[in-house]
Amino acid sequence: MTKKIIGILEQREGKLKKVSFEVLSLVSRLASQLNLNSEAIAIGNEIENINEISKYGITNVTHYKNNKLELYSSSAYREIITNHAKEADAGYIIFPDTALGRDLAPRVSVRLNAGCIIDCIKVDSSSGDITAVRPVYSGKALIEVKLKSAVKVLTIRPNVFKPVITEKTAELNITVKDAALPDLKTRVVKIKKSDGKLDVAEADIIVSGGRGLKGPENFYLVENLAEALGGAVGASRAVVDAGWRPHSDQVGLTGKSVSPSLYVACGISGAIHHLAGMSSSKYIVAINKDKDAPIFSVADYGIVGDIFDILPTLTKKIKRLKYKELGDLFEENSM
Amino acid sequence: MNIAVCVSHVPDTATKIKIGTDGKSIDSSGVIYTINPYDEYAVEEALKTKEKYGGEVTIISIGGEANKETIRKALAMGADKGILLKDESVKDSFAIAKALAEELKTQNYEIVFFGKQSVDYDNAITGQLTAELLGFNCVSTVVNLKIGNNKIIAGREIEGGREVVETELPAVITTEKGLNEPRYASLKGIMAAKKKIIREKPALQKENLTEIFKMDKPPEKQPGRILGTDSSAVFELVKLLHEEAKVI
Repeated sequence: MTKKIIGILEQREGKLKKVSFEVLSLVSRLASQLNLNSEAIAIGNEIENINEISKYGITNVTHYKNNKLELYSSSAYREIITNHAKEADAGYIIFPDTALGRDLAPRVSVRLNAGCIIDCIKVDSSSGDITAVRPVYSGKALIEVKLKSAVKVLTIRPNVFKPVITEKTAELNITVKDAALPDLKTRVVKIKKSDGKLDVAEADIIVSGGRGLKGPENFYLVENLAEALGGAVGASRAVVDAGWRPHSDQVGLTGKSVSPSLYVACGISGAIHHLAGMSSSKYIVAINKDKDAPIFSVADYGIVGDIFDILPTLTKKIKRLKYKELGDLFEENSM
Repeated sequence: MNIAVCVSHVPDTATKIKIGTDGKSIDSSGVIYTINPYDEYAVEEALKTKEKYGGEVTIISIGGEANKETIRKALAMGADKGILLKDESVKDSFAIAKALAEELKTQNYEIVFFGKQSVDYDNAITGQLTAELLGFNCVSTVVNLKIGNNKIIAGREIEGGREVVETELPAVITTEKGLNEPRYASLKGIMAAKKKIIREKPALQKENLTEIFKMDKPPEKQPGRILGTDSSAVFELVKLLHEEAKVI
């Protein structure tokens, strides 16, 4: 019998998260490369965008549905996925590397005698098996890893594996199962949202601020730019330790490792622990008045100057770009 | 309450990493090792739990003789005793969790603390694996913790917010920055730690499930272009981001 590769989808408030589509695209690619049957599991109550799954090349999904499962329960989710994987004879299970995925993947791994590689940023199958690349020493080194177990579990870093929409749209086959009497010994009772803001771990654009902002009252400059770009606000360890920003904003060691398409560092010198957490970003912009700041060594584009002067201008220009062609902007600039 | 804290001995976070001659691990010569920063939150929370409910705090570490330094540090903060599970070989999270679980189940621990990850291999799963092996409940990356009447209410940082999780003892808690402010060891604490007992025993030998076959430095980024020194460079920046990088 052909082994299965299963993607675990994460929903929040009844909507599949973007990283779930990244999981699907990877599952779909690996299934065709390794000649495996593919399927996906979603756990929750109503999931409004579940039909989008077929766009990413997966046609079989099992939706474990119960209103008690809308919020995460490690004990219940673990039970459901373990039982499903055993029944389906799963060879590979892919989780998103989110707060949920990191909590859940190791629990499932133990139950399945599986090894688990977390935070994968590259997955290769050319050897006929999976080889993953992941950062270690807070991003100061990368390792190539294989799993020796029969069942293999991976978690993938958000924003790294791009969701790929497939040409052919096959019909989606959704099996709804009522997960009756889930084991709710460990369960989330509520989520306190932080003002509905985008999180650095999942954002495709991040604007971060450091000591150069001189005080928490000036962070609005960073917030405004992030808003204009549709990105998240990040922070250096120095300003988090000083109490200017919450720890959830911290990028780098003892904070979050991120790989967005665009990272804008404002008034951040670029200590080694900060660089480790963000230097894998696709494009890096640094704005700092110290031309010798280490941040410039990793930046694609830099402006050596005063952030208090540059940030408002940059925010204004980006807002205009959103509804104007660059030519118009150029004319305006030359005036 | 019978409390355990599992700690690891890792390179200081300011360490520059050099790849070793085997091409699979770091060159540890000249590297300063210390207690894993996330484990300090775990030790602190264990001590606070003891101060509230009484009992004993046992520090457990797996590794070589050098790990005693990290155990001593936790003892100096106020923990009662240490156990070193001796193992000089490189173990992955699975082998470590199995050895820890083997030791933990010999005592009736009600709560076991781990740092949410150790900053060497950044495998943020050892606590969860150990919980599962012990059949304990588990809450990971905890930033807020209340224990009472066998119940646990824990806050967990998630993307864009915080989860409030309820569970029961016995449990494994993995600690995240923000949970507490780890205390400094007092001189008295450091002196007292010298007299505290660290028991040594061989670690249970289990096979690794992961195999690292290459370690590399991440590709060096070429320093980019400096576009200017004031806001007149902003237009050029926006143009490049739009036309060259195509990220906006």
